[in-house]
Amino acid sequence: MKGHRFYWNCFFENSLAVSGWLSVAILVGIFLLLLTNSWRAFERLSLTSFFSLTPWNPAAYDTPSYGIGALLMGTALTTLGAIAIAAPLGIGMAFFLSEIAPARLRNLLKPFVELTAAVPSVVMGFAGIVLVGPFLARVFGLPNGLNALNGAILLAFMSLPTIVSVAEEAVQAVPKAYKEASYALGANRWETLIRVTLPACYSGLLAAIMLGMGRAIGETMTVLMATGNATAMPQGFFSSVRTITATVAIEMGEVATGTTHYYALFACALVLFLITLAINIVAERVAARWRKRGQ
Amino acid sequence: MRRVETITVRGSDTEVNLVFHLAEQYMSIDSAASISITGGGSGVGIAALLNGKTDVANSSRALTEQELALAKARGMTLVAHVFAADALVIIVHPSTGVTSLTLEQLGRIYAGDIRDWSEVGGRPGPISLYGRQSNSGTFVYFREKVLRRDFSPALKQMNGTAQIVESVMRDPYGIGYVGLGYIIKADGSLRQGVRVVPLRMDARSPAVSPLDTQALRSGLYPLVRPLYQFTNGEPQGKIRAFFQFEASPMGQQIIAENGYLPPWPEMLAADAELTSLKTINFYSDSQ
Repeated sequence: MKGHRFYWNCFFENSLAVSGWLSVAILVGIFLLLLTNSWRAFERLSLTSFFSLTPWNPAAYDTPSYGIGALLMGTALTTLGAIAIAAPLGIGMAFFLSEIAPARLRNLLKPFVELTAAVPSVVMGFAGIVLVGPFLARVFGLPNGLNALNGAILLAFMSLPTIVSVAEEAVQAVPKAYKEASYALGANRWETLIRVTLPACYSGLLAAIMLGMGRAIGETMTVLMATGNATAMPQGFFSSVRTITATVAIEMGEVATGTTHYYALFACALVLFLITLAINIVAERVAARWRKRGQ
Repeated sequence: MRRVETITVRGSDTEVNLVFHLAEQYMSIDSAASISITGGGSGVGIAALLNGKTDVANSSRALTEQELALAKARGMTLVAHVFAADALVIIVHPSTGVTSLTLEQLGRIYAGDIRDWSEVGGRPGPISLYGRQSNSGTFVYFREKVLRRDFSPALKQMNGTAQIVESVMRDPYGIGYVGLGYIIKADGSLRQGVRVVPLRMDARSPAVSPLDTQALRSGLYPLVRPLYQFTNGEPQGKIRAFFQFEASPMGQQIIAENGYLPPWPEMLAADAELTSLKTINFYSDSQ
Protein backbone atom coordinates (compact mmCIF):
# COMPACT_ATOMS: atom_id res chain seq x y z
CA MET A 1 0.00 0.00 0.00
CA LYS A 2 1.22 3.44 -0.85
CA GLY A 3 1.70 5.61 2.20
CA HIS A 4 0.90 9.21 3.07
CA ARG A 5 4.31 10.27 1.92
CA PHE A 6 3.60 9.24 -1.64
CA TYR A 7 0.42 11.30 -1.85
CA TRP A 8 2.03 14.33 -0.25
CA ASN A 9 4.85 14.11 -2.72
CA CYS A 10 2.43 13.92 -5.62
CA PHE A 11 0.46 16.81 -4.24
CA PHE A 12 3.46 19.11 -3.83
CA GLU A 13 5.01 18.22 -7.14
CA ASN A 14 1.78 18.91 -8.95
CA SER A 15 0.99 22.13 -7.15
CA LEU A 16 4.47 23.46 -7.90
CA ALA A 17 4.04 22.53 -11.54
CA VAL A 18 0.68 24.28 -11.60
CA SER A 19 2.05 27.50 -10.12
CA GLY A 20 4.94 27.41 -12.58
CA TRP A 21 2.64 27.00 -15.55
CA LEU A 22 0.23 29.56 -14.13
CA SER A 23 2.81 32.34 -14.35
CA VAL A 24 3.52 31.35 -17.95
CA ALA A 25 -0.21 31.34 -18.68
CA ILE A 26 -0.66 34.78 -17.12
CA LEU A 27 2.19 36.22 -19.14
CA VAL A 28 0.83 34.75 -22.37
CA GLY A 29 -2.65 35.97 -21.42
CA ILE A 30 -1.43 39.54 -20.90
CA PHE A 31 0.41 39.41 -24.18
CA LEU A 32 -2.66 38.16 -26.05
CA LEU A 33 -4.86 40.78 -24.41
CA LEU A 34 -2.47 43.54 -25.47
CA LEU A 35 -2.12 42.07 -28.93
CA THR A 36 -5.84 41.69 -29.69
CA ASN A 37 -6.68 45.17 -28.41
CA SER A 38 -3.72 46.79 -30.18
CA TRP A 39 -4.77 45.02 -33.35
CA ARG A 40 -7.98 47.02 -33.30
CA ALA A 41 -5.94 50.23 -32.94
CA PHE A 42 -3.94 49.39 -36.03
CA GLU A 43 -7.11 48.65 -37.96
CA ARG A 44 -7.99 52.30 -37.46
CA LEU A 45 -4.56 53.93 -37.45
CA SER A 46 -1.70 53.51 -39.84
CA LEU A 47 1.38 51.89 -38.37
CA THR A 48 3.64 54.55 -39.87
CA SER A 49 1.71 57.47 -38.38
CA PHE A 50 1.61 55.72 -34.98
CA PHE A 51 5.39 55.45 -34.88
CA SER A 52 5.99 58.89 -36.38
CA LEU A 53 6.41 62.38 -34.99
CA THR A 54 2.67 63.06 -35.42
CA PRO A 55 1.60 64.74 -32.17
CA TRP A 56 -0.03 62.59 -29.49
CA ASN A 57 -3.32 64.41 -29.14
CA PRO A 58 -6.25 62.01 -28.64
CA ALA A 59 -8.48 64.67 -27.05
CA ALA A 60 -7.86 67.18 -29.83
CA TYR A 61 -10.18 70.07 -30.49
CA ASP A 62 -10.63 69.08 -34.14
CA THR A 63 -9.06 65.83 -35.31
CA PRO A 64 -7.43 63.49 -32.82
CA SER A 65 -3.95 62.28 -33.74
CA TYR A 66 -1.95 59.40 -32.34
CA GLY A 67 1.82 59.49 -32.79
CA ILE A 68 4.11 58.09 -30.15
CA GLY A 69 7.40 59.54 -31.44
CA ALA A 70 7.63 62.24 -28.78
CA LEU A 71 6.46 59.81 -26.07
CA LEU A 72 9.09 57.23 -27.06
CA MET A 73 11.65 60.01 -26.96
CA GLY A 74 10.45 60.95 -23.46
CA THR A 75 10.79 57.37 -22.30
CA ALA A 76 14.23 57.08 -23.95
CA LEU A 77 15.53 60.30 -22.40
CA THR A 78 14.46 59.46 -18.86
CA THR A 79 15.51 55.80 -19.04
CA LEU A 80 18.88 56.27 -20.76
CA GLY A 81 19.58 59.30 -18.58
CA ALA A 82 18.83 57.20 -15.51
CA ILE A 83 21.15 54.42 -16.68
CA ALA A 84 23.92 56.90 -17.50
CA ILE A 85 23.77 58.00 -13.87
CA ALA A 86 22.99 54.70 -12.17
CA ALA A 87 25.31 52.36 -14.09
CA PRO A 88 28.68 53.84 -13.04
CA LEU A 89 27.34 54.58 -9.58
CA GLY A 90 25.85 51.13 -9.09
CA ILE A 91 28.85 49.24 -10.45
CA GLY A 92 31.22 51.37 -8.41
CA MET A 93 29.11 50.64 -5.37
CA ALA A 94 29.09 46.92 -6.14
CA PHE A 95 32.89 46.84 -6.40
CA PHE A 96 33.23 48.83 -3.23
CA LEU A 97 30.88 46.55 -1.33
CA SER A 98 32.36 43.26 -2.43
CA GLU A 99 36.06 44.11 -2.88
CA ILE A 100 36.98 47.10 -0.79
CA ALA A 101 34.60 47.65 2.10
CA PRO A 102 35.36 45.79 5.35
CA ALA A 103 32.76 43.14 6.19
CA ARG A 104 31.12 45.23 8.92
CA LEU A 105 30.62 48.24 6.68
CA ARG A 106 29.34 45.98 3.92
CA ASN A 107 26.78 44.38 6.21
CA LEU A 108 25.62 47.84 7.17
CA LEU A 109 25.55 49.41 3.68
CA LYS A 110 24.05 46.60 1.65
CA PRO A 111 20.68 46.47 3.44
CA PHE A 112 20.45 50.26 3.07
CA VAL A 113 20.96 50.10 -0.67
CA GLU A 114 18.42 47.31 -0.94
CA LEU A 115 15.94 49.21 1.22
CA THR A 116 15.84 52.07 -1.27
CA ALA A 117 13.88 49.66 -3.49
CA ALA A 118 11.13 49.81 -0.88
CA VAL A 119 10.56 53.56 -1.26
CA PRO A 120 7.11 53.88 -2.88
CA SER A 121 7.22 55.47 -6.33
CA VAL A 122 4.72 58.14 -5.33
CA VAL A 123 7.12 59.24 -2.58
CA MET A 124 9.90 59.46 -5.18
CA GLY A 125 7.63 61.57 -7.39
CA PHE A 126 6.93 63.83 -4.47
CA ALA A 127 10.67 64.19 -3.86
CA GLY A 128 11.00 65.11 -7.53
CA ILE A 129 8.50 67.93 -7.17
CA VAL A 130 9.71 69.45 -3.90
CA LEU A 131 13.43 68.56 -3.83
CA VAL A 132 15.05 67.57 -7.13
CA GLY A 133 12.99 69.94 -9.32
CA PRO A 134 13.70 73.16 -7.40
CA PHE A 135 17.34 72.06 -7.00
CA LEU A 136 17.79 71.58 -10.76
CA ALA A 137 16.04 74.88 -11.46
CA ARG A 138 18.47 76.71 -9.17
CA VAL A 139 21.64 74.95 -10.32
CA PHE A 140 20.97 75.25 -14.05
CA GLY A 141 19.09 78.56 -13.92
CA LEU A 142 15.89 77.09 -15.35
CA PRO A 143 12.40 78.50 -14.76
CA ASN A 144 11.28 75.11 -13.42
CA GLY A 145 12.65 71.66 -12.72
CA LEU A 146 9.87 69.58 -14.25
CA ASN A 147 11.98 68.01 -16.99
CA ALA A 148 13.57 64.82 -18.30
CA LEU A 149 16.66 65.24 -16.13
CA ASN A 150 14.52 65.31 -12.99
CA GLY A 151 12.87 62.05 -14.07
CA ALA A 152 16.25 60.53 -14.97
CA ILE A 153 17.73 61.32 -11.56
CA LEU A 154 14.77 59.82 -9.71
CA LEU A 155 14.76 56.71 -11.92
CA ALA A 156 18.51 56.35 -11.41
CA PHE A 157 17.91 56.24 -7.67
CA MET A 158 15.12 53.70 -8.15
CA SER A 159 17.10 51.36 -10.40
CA LEU A 160 20.20 51.55 -8.20
CA PRO A 161 19.20 48.68 -5.85
CA THR A 162 18.64 46.33 -8.81
CA ILE A 163 21.96 47.25 -10.40
CA VAL A 164 23.94 47.06 -7.16
CA SER A 165 22.62 43.70 -6.03
CA VAL A 166 22.96 41.97 -9.42
CA ALA A 167 26.39 43.55 -10.05
CA GLU A 168 27.60 42.63 -6.59
CA GLU A 169 26.54 39.04 -7.16
CA ALA A 170 28.53 39.08 -10.41
CA VAL A 171 31.66 40.46 -8.73
CA GLN A 172 31.38 37.93 -5.91
CA ALA A 173 31.12 35.09 -8.40
CA VAL A 174 34.57 35.75 -9.90
CA PRO A 175 36.66 32.73 -8.83
CA LYS A 176 39.13 33.50 -6.08
CA ALA A 177 41.86 31.75 -8.05
CA TYR A 178 41.86 34.53 -10.65
CA LYS A 179 42.65 37.17 -8.07
CA GLU A 180 45.18 35.01 -6.27
CA ALA A 181 46.95 34.37 -9.57
CA SER A 182 47.00 38.09 -10.27
CA TYR A 183 48.46 38.91 -6.86
CA ALA A 184 51.03 36.13 -7.32
CA LEU A 185 52.19 37.82 -10.50
CA GLY A 186 52.85 40.99 -8.53
CA ALA A 187 49.75 43.03 -9.50
CA ASN A 188 48.43 45.32 -6.80
CA ARG A 189 44.81 45.47 -5.67
CA TRP A 190 43.78 48.20 -8.10
CA GLU A 191 45.36 46.48 -11.10
CA THR A 192 43.71 43.21 -10.13
CA LEU A 193 40.33 44.93 -9.83
CA ILE A 194 40.51 46.66 -13.21
CA ARG A 195 42.42 44.10 -15.29
CA VAL A 196 41.25 40.80 -13.82
CA THR A 197 38.01 41.04 -11.84
CA LEU A 198 36.25 43.55 -14.12
CA PRO A 199 36.80 41.60 -17.38
CA ALA A 200 35.86 38.36 -15.62
CA CYS A 201 32.44 39.65 -14.54
CA TYR A 202 31.87 41.97 -17.49
CA SER A 203 28.76 40.23 -18.82
CA GLY A 204 27.29 39.99 -15.32
CA LEU A 205 27.64 43.76 -14.98
CA LEU A 206 25.97 44.22 -18.35
CA ALA A 207 23.08 42.07 -17.18
CA ALA A 208 22.82 44.24 -14.04
CA ILE A 209 22.58 47.37 -16.17
CA MET A 210 19.96 45.84 -18.46
CA LEU A 211 17.82 44.74 -15.52
CA GLY A 212 18.14 48.22 -14.01
CA MET A 213 16.99 49.63 -17.33
CA GLY A 214 13.99 47.30 -17.34
CA ARG A 215 13.12 48.62 -13.91
CA ALA A 216 13.44 52.26 -15.00
CA ILE A 217 11.52 52.03 -18.25
CA GLY A 218 8.34 50.68 -16.66
CA GLU A 219 8.21 53.17 -13.81
CA THR A 220 5.08 55.30 -13.99
CA MET A 221 4.07 57.38 -11.00
CA THR A 222 7.46 58.96 -10.41
CA VAL A 223 7.91 60.24 -13.96
CA LEU A 224 4.26 61.23 -14.18
CA MET A 225 4.71 63.53 -11.19
CA ALA A 226 8.17 64.89 -11.91
CA THR A 227 8.54 65.46 -15.64
CA GLY A 228 5.74 67.93 -16.44
CA ASN A 229 4.05 65.67 -19.04
CA ALA A 230 4.21 68.07 -21.99
CA THR A 231 3.54 66.18 -25.22
CA ALA A 232 5.85 68.35 -27.36
CA MET A 233 8.94 66.71 -28.87
CA PRO A 234 11.65 67.14 -26.20
CA GLN A 235 14.64 69.30 -27.14
CA GLY A 236 16.91 67.75 -24.54
CA PHE A 237 17.19 66.88 -20.87
CA PHE A 238 15.87 70.29 -19.82
CA SER A 239 12.60 69.79 -21.72
CA SER A 240 9.44 68.66 -20.07
CA VAL A 241 8.64 65.14 -21.32
CA ARG A 242 5.74 62.70 -21.32
CA THR A 243 6.67 59.03 -21.13
CA ILE A 244 4.64 56.12 -22.53
CA THR A 245 3.85 54.84 -19.05
CA ALA A 246 2.58 58.25 -17.93
CA THR A 247 0.41 58.53 -21.03
CA VAL A 248 -1.32 55.22 -20.37
CA ALA A 249 -1.74 56.03 -16.67
CA ILE A 250 -3.13 59.52 -17.27
CA GLU A 251 -5.54 58.63 -20.05
CA MET A 252 -6.78 55.12 -19.22
CA GLY A 253 -9.12 56.45 -16.52
CA GLU A 254 -11.12 58.77 -18.75
CA VAL A 255 -11.23 56.85 -21.98
CA ALA A 256 -14.52 55.33 -23.13
CA THR A 257 -14.14 51.61 -23.84
CA GLY A 258 -14.13 50.59 -27.49
CA THR A 259 -12.92 53.90 -28.93
CA THR A 260 -9.81 54.41 -31.06
CA HIS A 261 -8.20 56.20 -28.12
CA TYR A 262 -8.84 53.14 -25.91
CA TYR A 263 -7.19 50.76 -28.36
CA ALA A 264 -4.34 53.22 -29.02
CA LEU A 265 -3.50 53.11 -25.30
CA PHE A 266 -3.30 49.32 -25.55
CA ALA A 267 -0.94 49.75 -28.49
CA CYS A 268 1.22 52.02 -26.29
CA ALA A 269 1.22 49.35 -23.60
CA LEU A 270 2.16 46.70 -26.18
CA VAL A 271 5.12 48.77 -27.37
CA LEU A 272 6.28 49.17 -23.78
CA PHE A 273 5.78 45.46 -23.11
CA LEU A 274 7.85 44.49 -26.16
CA ILE A 275 10.65 46.87 -25.20
CA THR A 276 10.87 45.55 -21.62
CA LEU A 277 10.57 41.96 -22.87
CA ALA A 278 13.46 42.53 -25.29
CA ILE A 279 15.59 44.13 -22.58
CA ASN A 280 14.90 41.28 -20.17
CA ILE A 281 15.60 38.57 -22.75
CA VAL A 282 18.91 40.20 -23.67
CA ALA A 283 19.77 40.60 -19.98
CA GLU A 284 18.96 36.94 -19.30
CA ARG A 285 21.08 35.73 -22.20
CA VAL A 286 24.00 37.91 -21.18
CA ALA A 287 23.67 36.69 -17.61
CA ALA A 288 23.44 33.07 -18.73
CA ARG A 289 26.63 33.40 -20.74
CA TRP A 290 28.39 34.86 -17.75
CA ARG A 291 27.19 32.06 -15.47
CA LYS A 292 28.42 29.43 -17.93
CA ARG A 293 31.79 31.07 -18.13
CA GLY A 294 32.02 31.33 -14.36
CA GLN A 295 31.82 27.57 -13.97
CA MET B 1 -31.60 47.71 12.42
CA ARG B 2 -31.42 51.02 10.61
CA ARG B 3 -30.34 50.91 7.01
CA VAL B 4 -27.51 53.16 5.88
CA GLU B 5 -27.73 54.26 2.27
CA THR B 6 -24.37 54.57 0.56
CA ILE B 7 -23.85 57.12 -2.19
CA THR B 8 -20.76 57.17 -4.36
CA VAL B 9 -19.71 60.44 -5.94
CA ARG B 10 -16.90 60.63 -8.49
CA GLY B 11 -15.33 63.13 -10.81
CA SER B 12 -14.20 66.73 -10.94
CA ASP B 13 -11.11 67.65 -8.98
CA THR B 14 -12.39 71.22 -8.91
CA GLU B 15 -15.43 70.07 -6.96
CA VAL B 16 -13.95 67.30 -4.84
CA ASN B 17 -12.96 69.38 -1.80
CA LEU B 18 -16.18 71.38 -1.83
CA VAL B 19 -18.42 68.31 -2.14
CA PHE B 20 -16.37 66.61 0.55
CA HIS B 21 -17.09 69.47 2.96
CA LEU B 22 -20.77 69.47 2.01
CA ALA B 23 -21.03 65.70 2.47
CA GLU B 24 -19.25 65.80 5.80
CA GLN B 25 -21.73 68.36 7.09
CA TYR B 26 -24.68 66.48 5.62
CA MET B 27 -23.63 63.17 7.16
CA SER B 28 -23.37 64.83 10.58
CA ILE B 29 -27.06 65.71 10.25
CA ASP B 30 -28.27 62.53 8.57
CA SER B 31 -26.60 59.46 10.04
CA ALA B 32 -28.51 57.15 7.68
CA ALA B 33 -26.45 58.37 4.72
CA SER B 34 -22.90 57.48 3.85
CA ILE B 35 -21.32 59.44 1.01
CA SER B 36 -17.98 58.47 -0.48
CA ILE B 37 -16.28 60.97 -2.74
CA THR B 38 -13.35 60.54 -5.08
CA GLY B 39 -11.79 62.87 -7.65
CA GLY B 40 -9.96 61.96 -10.82
CA GLY B 41 -11.37 64.61 -13.14
CA SER B 42 -14.73 65.34 -14.71
CA GLY B 43 -14.09 62.93 -17.59
CA VAL B 44 -13.39 60.13 -15.14
CA GLY B 45 -16.61 60.82 -13.22
CA ILE B 46 -18.78 60.92 -16.34
CA ALA B 47 -17.16 57.73 -17.68
CA ALA B 48 -17.86 56.06 -14.32
CA LEU B 49 -21.51 57.18 -14.41
CA LEU B 50 -21.91 55.89 -17.96
CA ASN B 51 -20.30 52.59 -16.95
CA GLY B 52 -22.59 52.33 -13.91
CA LYS B 53 -19.75 52.64 -11.44
CA THR B 54 -20.93 55.71 -9.56
CA ASP B 55 -24.25 57.20 -8.43
CA VAL B 56 -23.28 60.83 -8.99
CA ALA B 57 -20.74 62.27 -11.44
CA ASN B 58 -19.26 65.60 -10.42
CA SER B 59 -18.35 67.63 -13.45
CA SER B 60 -17.07 71.13 -14.06
CA ARG B 61 -18.07 70.91 -17.71
CA ALA B 62 -21.18 70.03 -19.69
CA LEU B 63 -21.44 66.67 -21.44
CA THR B 64 -19.83 66.21 -24.84
CA GLU B 65 -21.69 64.98 -27.92
CA GLN B 66 -20.04 61.56 -27.62
CA GLU B 67 -21.00 61.23 -23.95
CA LEU B 68 -24.60 62.17 -24.74
CA ALA B 69 -24.68 59.66 -27.58
CA LEU B 70 -23.19 56.95 -25.38
CA ALA B 71 -25.76 57.63 -22.64
CA LYS B 72 -28.53 57.38 -25.20
CA ALA B 73 -27.15 54.15 -26.63
CA ARG B 74 -27.06 52.65 -23.14
CA GLY B 75 -30.61 53.75 -22.41
CA MET B 76 -29.67 56.22 -19.70
CA THR B 77 -31.42 59.52 -19.04
CA LEU B 78 -28.86 61.79 -17.48
CA VAL B 79 -30.06 64.66 -15.35
CA ALA B 80 -27.96 67.74 -14.60
CA HIS B 81 -27.96 69.41 -11.21
CA VAL B 82 -26.15 72.73 -10.88
CA PHE B 83 -25.22 73.20 -7.24
CA ALA B 84 -22.60 75.94 -7.40
CA ALA B 85 -20.58 78.12 -9.73
CA ASP B 86 -16.86 78.53 -10.01
CA ALA B 87 -14.73 81.32 -11.37
CA LEU B 88 -11.63 80.25 -13.25
CA VAL B 89 -8.71 82.36 -12.12
CA ILE B 90 -5.58 83.06 -14.12
CA ILE B 91 -2.53 83.15 -11.90
CA VAL B 92 1.01 84.21 -12.77
CA HIS B 93 4.24 84.50 -10.87
CA PRO B 94 4.50 88.10 -9.57
CA SER B 95 7.85 88.61 -11.30
CA THR B 96 6.25 88.30 -14.77
CA GLY B 97 5.02 91.86 -14.28
CA VAL B 98 1.71 91.21 -16.06
CA THR B 99 -1.15 93.36 -14.81
CA SER B 100 -4.06 92.28 -17.05
CA LEU B 101 -4.81 90.15 -20.09
CA THR B 102 -7.55 90.09 -22.70
CA LEU B 103 -9.31 86.82 -23.40
CA GLU B 104 -7.72 86.80 -26.85
CA GLN B 105 -4.21 87.25 -25.44
CA LEU B 106 -4.87 84.46 -22.97
CA GLY B 107 -5.95 82.16 -25.77
CA ARG B 108 -2.90 82.97 -27.86
CA ILE B 109 -0.62 82.40 -24.87
CA TYR B 110 -2.07 78.95 -24.23
CA ALA B 111 -2.08 78.03 -27.92
CA GLY B 112 1.64 78.86 -28.07
CA ASP B 113 1.39 81.89 -30.41
CA ILE B 114 2.58 84.33 -27.76
CA ARG B 115 5.71 82.92 -26.17
CA ASP B 116 7.33 85.84 -24.42
CA TRP B 117 5.95 87.93 -21.57
CA SER B 118 7.14 91.15 -23.22
CA GLU B 119 4.48 90.67 -25.93
CA VAL B 120 1.71 91.20 -23.37
CA GLY B 121 3.32 94.00 -21.38
CA GLY B 122 5.33 91.91 -18.96
CA ARG B 123 9.03 91.55 -18.21
CA PRO B 124 10.84 89.76 -21.08
CA GLY B 125 11.13 86.02 -20.56
CA PRO B 126 9.79 82.75 -21.99
CA ILE B 127 6.23 81.97 -20.93
CA SER B 128 5.98 78.71 -19.02
CA LEU B 129 2.50 77.16 -19.38
CA TYR B 130 0.80 75.11 -16.69
CA GLY B 131 -2.53 73.35 -17.06
CA ARG B 132 -4.38 70.15 -16.35
CA GLN B 133 -4.53 66.82 -18.12
CA SER B 134 -7.24 66.10 -20.65
CA ASN B 135 -9.33 64.16 -18.10
CA SER B 136 -9.96 67.47 -16.37
CA GLY B 137 -13.21 69.37 -16.89
CA THR B 138 -11.26 72.58 -16.44
CA PHE B 139 -8.98 71.58 -19.34
CA VAL B 140 -12.02 71.11 -21.59
CA TYR B 141 -13.86 74.21 -20.35
CA PHE B 142 -10.81 76.42 -20.78
CA ARG B 143 -10.16 75.10 -24.27
CA GLU B 144 -13.79 75.59 -25.28
CA LYS B 145 -14.12 79.05 -23.79
CA VAL B 146 -10.69 80.60 -24.31
CA LEU B 147 -8.75 78.75 -26.99
CA ARG B 148 -11.29 77.22 -29.39
CA ARG B 149 -8.38 75.11 -30.71
CA ASP B 150 -5.68 72.86 -29.27
CA PHE B 151 -3.42 73.73 -26.38
CA SER B 152 0.26 74.26 -27.15
CA PRO B 153 2.08 70.92 -26.86
CA ALA B 154 4.51 72.70 -24.53
CA LEU B 155 1.74 72.87 -21.90
CA LYS B 156 2.92 71.16 -18.74
CA GLN B 157 0.05 68.89 -17.74
CA MET B 158 -0.17 68.70 -13.98
CA ASN B 159 -1.90 66.06 -11.90
CA GLY B 160 -4.13 68.42 -10.01
CA THR B 161 -4.98 72.06 -9.47
CA ALA B 162 -2.98 72.26 -6.25
CA GLN B 163 0.10 71.25 -8.23
CA ILE B 164 -0.52 74.08 -10.72
CA VAL B 165 -0.57 76.60 -7.86
CA GLU B 166 2.64 75.13 -6.39
CA SER B 167 4.42 75.18 -9.75
CA VAL B 168 3.43 78.75 -10.64
CA MET B 169 4.64 79.89 -7.22
CA ARG B 170 8.07 78.43 -7.99
CA ASP B 171 8.38 79.33 -11.68
CA PRO B 172 9.26 83.01 -12.30
CA TYR B 173 7.79 82.77 -15.83
CA GLY B 174 4.80 80.62 -14.91
CA ILE B 175 1.12 81.04 -15.74
CA GLY B 176 -1.69 78.71 -14.74
CA TYR B 177 -5.48 78.47 -14.54
CA VAL B 178 -7.16 77.32 -11.33
CA GLY B 179 -10.55 77.37 -9.65
CA LEU B 180 -11.18 80.33 -7.36
CA GLY B 181 -11.44 77.94 -4.40
CA TYR B 182 -7.78 77.04 -4.76
CA ILE B 183 -6.44 80.54 -4.17
CA ILE B 184 -8.75 81.57 -1.35
CA LYS B 185 -7.74 80.05 1.94
CA ALA B 186 -10.20 78.78 4.56
CA ASP B 187 -10.03 82.07 6.48
CA GLY B 188 -10.96 84.03 3.35
CA SER B 189 -7.48 85.41 2.71
CA LEU B 190 -5.61 85.05 -0.58
CA ARG B 191 -2.84 82.54 -1.28
CA GLN B 192 0.49 84.36 -1.22
CA GLY B 193 3.15 83.92 -3.88
CA VAL B 194 0.98 84.11 -7.00
CA ARG B 195 -0.68 87.07 -8.70
CA VAL B 196 -4.30 86.91 -9.80
CA VAL B 197 -4.57 88.43 -13.29
CA PRO B 198 -7.64 90.59 -13.99
CA LEU B 199 -9.16 89.78 -17.39
CA ARG B 200 -10.65 91.95 -20.13
CA MET B 201 -13.33 90.75 -22.54
CA ASP B 202 -11.47 92.68 -25.26
CA ALA B 203 -8.86 95.42 -25.49
CA ARG B 204 -11.41 98.19 -24.79
CA SER B 205 -13.29 96.74 -21.88
CA PRO B 206 -12.17 97.22 -18.29
CA ALA B 207 -10.00 94.65 -16.52
CA VAL B 208 -12.14 92.65 -14.11
CA SER B 209 -10.74 90.74 -11.16
CA PRO B 210 -12.30 87.38 -10.23
CA LEU B 211 -12.03 88.47 -6.60
CA ASP B 212 -14.84 90.93 -7.23
CA THR B 213 -17.94 88.87 -6.37
CA GLN B 214 -20.28 91.48 -7.81
CA ALA B 215 -18.52 91.30 -11.19
CA LEU B 216 -18.73 87.51 -11.16
CA ARG B 217 -22.47 87.50 -10.65
CA SER B 218 -23.16 90.22 -13.17
CA GLY B 219 -21.30 88.37 -15.92
CA LEU B 220 -18.54 90.97 -16.36
CA TYR B 221 -15.85 88.39 -15.57
CA PRO B 222 -15.56 86.08 -18.59
CA LEU B 223 -14.65 82.77 -16.94
CA VAL B 224 -17.51 81.81 -14.67
CA ARG B 225 -18.92 78.34 -15.06
CA PRO B 226 -21.59 76.20 -13.46
CA LEU B 227 -20.55 73.14 -11.47
CA TYR B 228 -22.65 70.07 -12.27
CA GLN B 229 -23.63 66.88 -10.58
CA PHE B 230 -25.00 64.35 -13.05
CA THR B 231 -27.20 61.42 -12.12
CA ASN B 232 -28.81 58.66 -14.13
CA GLY B 233 -32.48 59.64 -13.95
CA GLU B 234 -33.99 62.02 -11.39
CA PRO B 235 -32.12 61.82 -8.09
CA GLN B 236 -34.01 59.77 -5.52
CA GLY B 237 -33.74 59.02 -1.82
CA LYS B 238 -30.62 60.16 -0.08
CA ILE B 239 -29.09 61.59 -3.25
CA ARG B 240 -32.08 63.90 -3.57
CA ALA B 241 -31.86 64.79 0.11
CA PHE B 242 -28.15 65.57 -0.26
CA PHE B 243 -28.79 67.80 -3.28
CA GLN B 244 -31.50 69.61 -1.31
CA PHE B 245 -29.02 70.08 1.53
CA GLU B 246 -26.54 71.66 -0.90
CA ALA B 247 -29.18 74.22 -1.84
CA SER B 248 -30.15 74.92 1.78
CA PRO B 249 -28.83 78.06 3.51
CA MET B 250 -26.29 75.91 5.36
CA GLY B 251 -25.10 74.32 2.11
CA GLN B 252 -24.88 77.71 0.42
CA GLN B 253 -22.81 79.00 3.30
CA ILE B 254 -20.34 76.10 2.95
CA ILE B 255 -20.13 76.78 -0.79
CA ALA B 256 -19.32 80.46 -0.19
CA GLU B 257 -16.79 79.67 2.56
CA ASN B 258 -14.87 77.41 0.20
CA GLY B 259 -14.44 80.15 -2.38
CA TYR B 260 -17.21 79.04 -4.73
CA LEU B 261 -20.38 80.88 -5.63
CA PRO B 262 -23.85 79.74 -4.67
CA PRO B 263 -25.87 79.61 -7.89
CA TRP B 264 -28.03 82.59 -8.82
CA PRO B 265 -31.20 82.56 -10.93
CA GLU B 266 -29.75 84.17 -14.08
CA MET B 267 -26.89 81.66 -14.26
CA LEU B 268 -29.22 78.72 -13.72
CA ALA B 269 -31.58 79.98 -16.41
CA ALA B 270 -28.76 80.61 -18.87
CA ASP B 271 -27.35 77.16 -18.25
CA ALA B 272 -30.71 75.40 -18.56
CA GLU B 273 -31.01 76.99 -21.99
CA LEU B 274 -27.58 75.82 -23.12
CA THR B 275 -27.60 72.23 -22.01
CA SER B 276 -29.74 69.74 -23.85
CA LEU B 277 -30.30 67.72 -20.68
CA LYS B 278 -33.08 67.87 -18.20
CA THR B 279 -31.84 70.17 -15.46
CA ILE B 280 -33.05 70.37 -11.92
CA ASN B 281 -32.27 72.66 -9.04
CA PHE B 282 -33.41 72.82 -5.49
CA TYR B 283 -32.33 76.40 -5.13
CA SER B 284 -35.81 77.91 -5.39
CA ASP B 285 -37.21 75.36 -2.90
CA SER B 286 -35.08 76.72 -0.14
CA GLN B 287 -35.73 80.41 -0.76
